[in-house]
Amino acid sequence: MADVSTATRGDLRLTRITKTYADFSAVNDLSLTIPEGSFFALLGPSGCGKTTTLRMIAGLEEPTVGSIHLGTTDITTKRPYQRPINTVFQNYALFPHLTIFENIAFGLRRRGIKDVDADVNKVLELVELPHLAQRKPTSLSGGQQQRIALARAIVNRPALLLLDEPLGALDLKLRRQMQIELKWIQREVGLTFVHVTHDQEEAMTMADTIAVMNEGEIEQMGTPADLYDNPKTAFVANFLGQSNLIKGRIEGNDGDNLVVDLFGQKISMPKNRSHAVDSSIYAGIRPEKFRISLLGTPTRGNILTGGRIEEVSYIGVSTQYQVIMPWGQELMVFEQNDDGVPPFDKGDEVMISWEPNFTFALRGDEDAEAGTEVAPDDLDEDE
Amino acid sequence: MSSTLSKIKLPYLLLLPGFLFLFTFFILPIVNLAQTSTQTPIAGGDTGQYEQSLRFANYLNAFTENKEQFGRSFLYAISATILALAIAYPLAYAIAFKAGKYKNLLLVLVIAPFFTSFLLRTVAWKQILGEEGFVVPPLRTLGIIGDSTTLTSTSFAVIMGLTYNFLPFMTLPLYASLERIDPRTMEASGDLYANGLTTFRKVTLPLSMPGVVAGTLLTFIPAAGDYVNAAILGNPNTKMIGNVIESRYFKIVDYPTAAALSFTLMAAILILVTLYIRKAGTEELV
Repeated sequence: MADVSTATRGDLRLTRITKTYADFSAVNDLSLTIPEGSFFALLGPSGCGKTTTLRMIAGLEEPTVGSIHLGTTDITTKRPYQRPINTVFQNYALFPHLTIFENIAFGLRRRGIKDVDADVNKVLELVELPHLAQRKPTSLSGGQQQRIALARAIVNRPALLLLDEPLGALDLKLRRQMQIELKWIQREVGLTFVHVTHDQEEAMTMADTIAVMNEGEIEQMGTPADLYDNPKTAFVANFLGQSNLIKGRIEGNDGDNLVVDLFGQKISMPKNRSHAVDSSIYAGIRPEKFRISLLGTPTRGNILTGGRIEEVSYIGVSTQYQVIMPWGQELMVFEQNDDGVPPFDKGDEVMISWEPNFTFALRGDEDAEAGTEVAPDDLDEDE
Repeated sequence: MSSTLSKIKLPYLLLLPGFLFLFTFFILPIVNLAQTSTQTPIAGGDTGQYEQSLRFANYLNAFTENKEQFGRSFLYAISATILALAIAYPLAYAIAFKAGKYKNLLLVLVIAPFFTSFLLRTVAWKQILGEEGFVVPPLRTLGIIGDSTTLTSTSFAVIMGLTYNFLPFMTLPLYASLERIDPRTMEASGDLYANGLTTFRKVTLPLSMPGVVAGTLLTFIPAAGDYVNAAILGNPNTKMIGNVIESRYFKIVDYPTAAALSFTLMAAILILVTLYIRKAGTEELV
């Protein structure tokens, strides 16, 4: 029916995409390559341009400037129905007047495929809901609707599957379960998945590669571990998990390491983990990388002395401490409760230590709070 | 205990005003009308004097004498309904999906005609379709109608009047059901390889069927019983059944025939509507 070349396969390339609306610009000069077969996440807070980017890939919006290629085919101005791309919509957008079977068969029928039974039944098996084929969408639970929306898209075996906050409407437990299932299904069907989310944990659980977006631009792109262990900007450091960012100054070199002064105390860190441009930096350390010890206890690695425990929260698997440092900054420390050592008490005078290799350095002129004010789970998912 | 009792009673209490009102002003008159419909003239009495009997032949006579007007009523009503649907659907679609910030303004404009009297609006059509109006001269110039053709006092004028007068009743339910459609389902349809036309046929139209059914009923039912448009815009050969009932009642004072015609009209509408709803198949409506 529609002119869809399902033979079009290959990497998705966005080249210098800009999308401007009357009063603001949603996406700014964005270039991106998504390798065929990968599970790619676009992660960012509400309004960062991730959904607009997804809609341009789907063909629901047209870029103001720039081009989109799938393999060698330019699809920038192709209509949605002319692209071998399918979408799992936020809130699913199932057709309420059609049965589950007909919902899933919709795309196949539009492409003129007569015998749809085998394909539809196969994906119903895949999402483990074959018994619901004759029901209407409104009689299904949120989790079931989510799976049907996925089945309706993957039955077409698109070159690219787009997922727009696919788990946003599910409760926490179901969301965790679906994250694992989605990942499994992606491996099973071997399609390229592009996943848009504001939930950093969701992105990290599922994606091979994450692009963190902020204000219409990509802040950093890499594997979940890359982004978490070695963030390049304060926004990434704070948006993906939590970070302690301590103002400091590079004092000199020591082989492959930098010597850094943090409020009069010297620490060391690998050169290749510094993204600073001059000697003014923020030294970043993840809360779980810190160790706490009482004054006078032998310890190794980088050490900061003069801390006092301000707050203790026991949360079972770990204990979270807020330690106030001599320069007035509160540092966050997560200690695993795995060594039988009783937790420290409020008011204890402590040292903080960590392995130098876990340190990263950001530019000293950054806003150390960037990305923290966003509480991803509380946000409305609409952009 | 007493609170449970009042909880049970509450729905009935809420129903009471409506029930009393409808009983007094609908049920009683209907019963009265039913009685009237089988009355016979008093032998040797004055015009308009009838006595109660069970003369069901009134129905047969009333129907056979006015078959033509019945047929015309339904023909006009169906034509007006189809025309109104053709005009209102794009209108409602545009208001629901394309109007943006002008949505409310446009909705007010749709109901604005209700601010003036139904009669006045109908009379205005006489002017609009008149010799000096802005419709006839251009059509003459373009040669679409001949010099001797007039538009007033024609069945065309009656159908146009019906269409115009009931257009808001078509537009509003259509708008209501279109507006409820999640635009993402239309995007999803495009995403699943349906072009604009297919999306309309397979998604938008089926999802707006409740509005189509409600709108066509709200237009067809009053249009079938209407007599104002035919009286003002028609001629003696475009009489609808409403005009017959009106003249039987007020001019000929033949109450039984007028009552029998009223019941026949009700029954005919009921049958047609039932068949239509069966065909249109929107269970949620009935």
